[in-house]
Formats: sequence, structure tokens, C-alpha cells
Amino acid sequence: MERKKRSIWVFGDYRNYFQNRVTLQLISRANDLAKIIGAEVCVTVFGHDTDEWVGEYIAHGAMKVYVCDHPDLKFYSNDVYITLMERLVRRYEPEILLVGATTFGREFAPRLAKRLKTGLTADCIGLDINEDGILIQTAPAFGGNLLTKIVTPERRPQMATVRPGTFQEIPHNYHATGEIVPVPLPEDLPKDRIRLISSERQPSREQKLEDAAVVVCGGRGMGSRKKFKNLYELARVLGGEVGATRPVVYSKWAEDETLVGQADKHIKPKVLFSFGISGAIQHTAGIKDAGFIIAVNKNPNAVMMKMADVAIVADAGQVCTALIRELKKRIRS
Amino acid sequence: MRAGDTTKMLKMIVCIKQVPMVSELPWDPKTGVLTRDAAEGMMNPACKSALEAALRLKEEHNGQITAITMGPPMAMEVLHEALAMGADRCLMLSDPKMAGADTQVTSFTLARAIEIFCSDYDLILCGCHTSDSETAQVGPQIAEELDIPSAAYVENLSVKGKTIRIERIADHFLETLEMDLPGLVTVTTGHFTPRYIPIGGLQDAFGEPNILTVGAHDLSLDENTIGLKGSPTKILEVFSSTAGKKNVVLTGAPKKIVEELFKRFDDTIGSVIRKDLKAVK
Ligand SMILES: Cc1cc2nc3c(=O)[nH]c(=O)nc-3n(C[C@H](O)[C@H](O)[C@H](O)COP(=O)(O)OP(=O)(O)OC[C@H]3O[C@@H](n4cnc5c(N)ncnc54)[C@H](O)[C@@H]3O)c2cc1C
Ligand SMILES: Nc1ncnc2c1ncn2[C@@H]1O[C@H](COP(=O)(O)O)[C@@H](O)[C@H]1O
Repeated sequence: MERKKRSIWVFGDYRNYFQNRVTLQLISRANDLAKIIGAEVCVTVFGHDTDEWVGEYIAHGAMKVYVCDHPDLKFYSNDVYITLMERLVRRYEPEILLVGATTFGREFAPRLAKRLKTGLTADCIGLDINEDGILIQTAPAFGGNLLTKIVTPERRPQMATVRPGTFQEIPHNYHATGEIVPVPLPEDLPKDRIRLISSERQPSREQKLEDAAVVVCGGRGMGSRKKFKNLYELARVLGGEVGATRPVVYSKWAEDETLVGQADKHIKPKVLFSFGISGAIQHTAGIKDAGFIIAVNKNPNAVMMKMADVAIVADAGQVCTALIRELKKRIRS
Repeated sequence: MRAGDTTKMLKMIVCIKQVPMVSELPWDPKTGVLTRDAAEGMMNPACKSALEAALRLKEEHNGQITAITMGPPMAMEVLHEALAMGADRCLMLSDPKMAGADTQVTSFTLARAIEIFCSDYDLILCGCHTSDSETAQVGPQIAEELDIPSAAYVENLSVKGKTIRIERIADHFLETLEMDLPGLVTVTTGHFTPRYIPIGGLQDAFGEPNILTVGAHDLSLDENTIGLKGSPTKILEVFSSTAGKKNVVLTGAPKKIVEELFKRFDDTIGSVIRKDLKAVK
């Protein structure tokens, strides 16, 4: 019997710009991993009029693309996509299957893993291969305060959803070649149990805080509404946005929309200033993707201070004022 | 509709998990499994919103709510709380053999219990994710196990006959969906702010709680298919994500601190805001 070539698969999620970017990032990481285990990188594309995506994935490192293109697949459908993928996986037996942790991916991958009776690690922020050729999946737990390394030692494929922005895509090369494998639409696909009534693009205003490169977050330690307003001036000078903790929002020092935390806004600034915040898990769950953290707190032992790159032990209001003054001095424009 | 006519009732199941309340790190460094008994527990916030969603449906329709949890004996607390909030009855899955389950096995166990003890349901509600394991996988996997449709990250919902209308935000789209029942939804904390527990409710709950406790044997489950043993994924290691931080501590007068901050990190901050922050000579 012919031995199947080992392969690493990426689910081609392309519905919007962000989903498509994750797919490209995963193809890139799959290429790194494939070199270690001697595998080929394959991408699946389901939909209608998908040539654009197929070409893009090959240009970004896909060696093989399984394409199921049919008018009936015009809309994303969990039920249908799972069935299609399940059949392909059973036939070609990939070692690893990666899915972007988009809303769709986080709904699709668990059900697919269940049907394939394999393990799935959610929302990974790291993927590596160990000496035994097994995929090491690093995922956050506990509001990001803990990281876990997880493996699926026996079942196949090893499945993971991966957080957008974790890896960098390979620059495109439109001379790259890849094999395109057409997949006919099976006739016995399940009937859709969910119907899309309407779909509107969300107003982008909602995303401002989430996407800001600089965020100035303030907590109860700012002391008063008046002092809290100073943070807006700091954010303005920095070209950033203001975030807040729950006590601040409850006291009406800031708008509801500024609340950062577990259930509310998750932010991912490259630089985060944190003023007078203790670092309760419900808050820190929303800032686990922050890059460089500068925390100001009177209490050097506050959790927030331990999480910071720079922990400033001082009065939050005074530091804010001093920062604004110093920045205005330094920024020449 | 006649009172007590259970055939017309909207029968709901809410899956609830107890999560540790504190931000200390109660995990077993050897097995990588969280040692839940070390921390005080609370009802996972998204599960509480799922229960709130069910309670609002119950008020609107002639409804009945069964709350289910799988966990150590201590997790019984969240079922008491669920009864106090207005759940009608509860199912507690507790067995040392069930410990250490990953999502594949958690959903398997919960689904078997649903089939055996409350197979006659219209709607299952889960939280969108838990604050400890954060996988957001258990809900959709229960649905797959039971072969019913599911929709995740639901912000708002309404039931009409044999369908449910769902609003949610998915990948930057505000979607309205219609799903056939029986089905499963996972609920966000956005719209369904949980109610406060009425004092009377709390007394009722502790008076004679309507809670059925079952173990692996009652579900006819082979111990090799549940708990840590049955789980396809294994945790190799758990570590603190803040360990990598350099954690420079600055103290003193605010003016001096700020000067020091820019002396050391002007490039880090400047490159993000795209401004040259070098001191003006
Ligand atoms: C179910 C649930 C959900 C929640 N969700 C969220 C959420 O999404 N987001 C959220 O933020 N919170 C949430 N909370 C609340 C959360 O638990 C904390 O209570 C909150 O984050 C604390 O806010 P804080 O840090 O501003 O206040 P505190 O915890 O009171 O901390 C204030 C800090 O300021 C410091 N301080 C005081 N004075 C000064 C000064 N002059 N200069 C410098 N430092 C000073 C203190 O040392 C202290 O560390 C939630 C709680 C629950 C129960
Ligand atoms: N042990 C459990 N018992 C009952 N419900 C659970 C359990 N674990 C997870 N769930 C349900 O699944 C949802 C998502 O959990 P998770 O996949 O862990 O993020 C939770 O909000 C619960 O509704």
C-alpha cells in the first residue's frame, strides 16, 4: 500500500480581512513546522468563486490546496463545512490541522474535533514540534495569567485553533506554484439547521479601543473623576485610547464603553499604561495581549505591578501629570 | 395553555461550571491540572448569563429549567445558587473518575447525562467560555455529541415555536440567525446581566434542594472513556505568563521617574507612537 505523505493542514478562513490574515499566518507557521517533520503544507478552501483565495494561499506558502467550489457553498455553514472537512481528513489523514481562532473557527473546530474524536487546543499562542515529532501547543488559561503546554499524543490529527496575530505571514510570491486538488461537492450533505436572516458589518467605532496601539487604562487609584480626566489628555498626547476598570465605570468617571476586562473589551496595545489598577483577574483577562506594560501604583505588591515591564511606585495622578508635561516637551512637531 | 401541560413547555438545560474566584494559581505543578479545592469557587460569569437568559425565556414562555454541572462535590454550591436564581431542578455529575477531563470528554460526559436524565429538551444554554480553562469548546462539542445545531457567542435570543432567533456578533458582523430546535446556544455576558438572588429563593434552595447527584456508574460510563484517562489532550506543563517580564521598578519623585522612564524606554514608546522622544538638547 502506498504510504501517505505526511501533511499539515490549514483551514482556509477568508470571509473577511481579519480571518484571511489568520489563514496566511497559519500557512506560514505550518511551513516552519513542516520543515521539522518533513511534511507538506495543505490548505482547504470551501466556497464559491474562490480562485482569488486559492491563488493567495499558494503565493503565501501553500503547497497543495483542496478546493470545493460550488454555488451551494456561497455562505459559510458550520454543518456543511464540518462534513466536508471530516471526509477530507479521513481520506488524507493529516498529522496536524490548524484553524484560526476567529468566531467561525472557534465554532467550527470544536465540532469537527468531536466528530473526528481527536483533541483540540483552544486559542493557541505558540506551536512547536518536540523531539518525538509531536505538536506542542501553548495556550493561555486563567485569564492569561497562566500558560499551558498541551499535546495530543495519540489521536490524529492534532488540532489547534490559533489566535490571530500570533504568527507572521510569509511575504507573497506570485511565482510560487502549488497543486490544486478539486473536491467535488458530495450529494449527501446535511441540510442546514441554521438560517442566516441578516448580517451587517459592525460600526467600526466599537473597535477603536480594541485596536489601539497605545491604551491608557485607569482604575480606582486615580482617586477622582477630575484626576481621571487627565488620562484623556495623556491619551491624546500619545495618540491612544482610554480604558477603565469596573469601579471607574460604576462611578461614572468614564463611559461604559471604556470598560476593559474579562467579559468586556479585550485590548491588545503595543504599549499599555496602567494607572491605579490593582490587577483583579476580571480586569487582567482583558489585557493579556498587551505588549509593553507600564504600571503606576502606590502599592508595589499589586498584581498589576508584577505583570508590568516597568512598575512605577508613586501616586498615579502625579505621574500622569508629569508624563503629559514631559511628553509635550519631547514631542517636536 | 393548561397549567401543568408539560408537552407545551419550553424545556431548557443550562450547563454551569464552577470556577475558582481568586487570582492565585491553584494548579498541581506535577499533573498540570488545576487543583480546584485550593480556591474558593464561584459560578462562571458566562454560565450565569446563560442561566439568566433561560430565566427570561422561562418568564416569557411556560418554561422549565434543569441546571447541570460536572465537578467536585464543592461545585454543588453553584447548583444551589442556580436554584435560588430560579432553576427548577438540578443534576450534579460528580465522581473522582471524571476529574481532569478535557473538553472532548467533558462534553461527552455531559451529553450522556443529558440523554439519560433529561433527553426531552428544547434548548441547551451554555456560557460562551469559562474564566479558568477558557476554551469555549464544551458548548459546541455537546451539540455535536447530541447531533443538534449550535450557535456560539449569542448576545440576544427569542424563541418562537420550534425555532430560536439569535443575534450575535461574529467576526465583525452583526448576525441574525434562525435555528431549529432542539438546539444549543452559548451565551455572552453582554446582554444578560444576572439578577440578584431573592432572599426567599436562597432559603428555598437550601431547604430541600431538588438536586440529583450521579456518578460514572449511573451513566454506565467506562472509566477509560472519561476523566483524565479518556482525554485525548494532555497537559505537559503550566507556567506563569508574567515570568518573562523584566519588571523594572521605578520609585522616587514623579518628575524624576518620568525622566528615567524616557531615558530607558524612549525608543520602545516612541516607535509605537511614531514620534522621536529623545530628550531635546
Ligand atoms: C463577575 C465580575 C466581573 C467583573 N468584570 C470586570 C471587568 O470586566 N473589568 C474590570 O475592570 N473589573 C471587573 N470586575 C471587578 C474586578 O474584580 C475588580 O474589582 C476591579 O477590576 C478593580 O478595579 P481597580 O483596580 O480600579 O480598583 P481596586 O482594586 O480598588 O484597585 C485600586 C488600586 O489603586 C492603587 N492606588 C490607590 N491610590 C493610589 C494612588 N494615589 N496612586 C496610585 N495607585 C493608587 C491601589 O493600591 C490599588 O492597587 C468584575 C468583578 C466581577 C465579580
Ligand atoms: N464541568 C462542566 N460542567 C457543566 N458545564 C460545563 C463544564 N465545563 C464547561 N461547561 C459549559 O461549557 C461552557 C464553556 O466552557 P469552556 O469550554 O471550558 O470554556 C461553560 O460556560 C459551561 O456552560
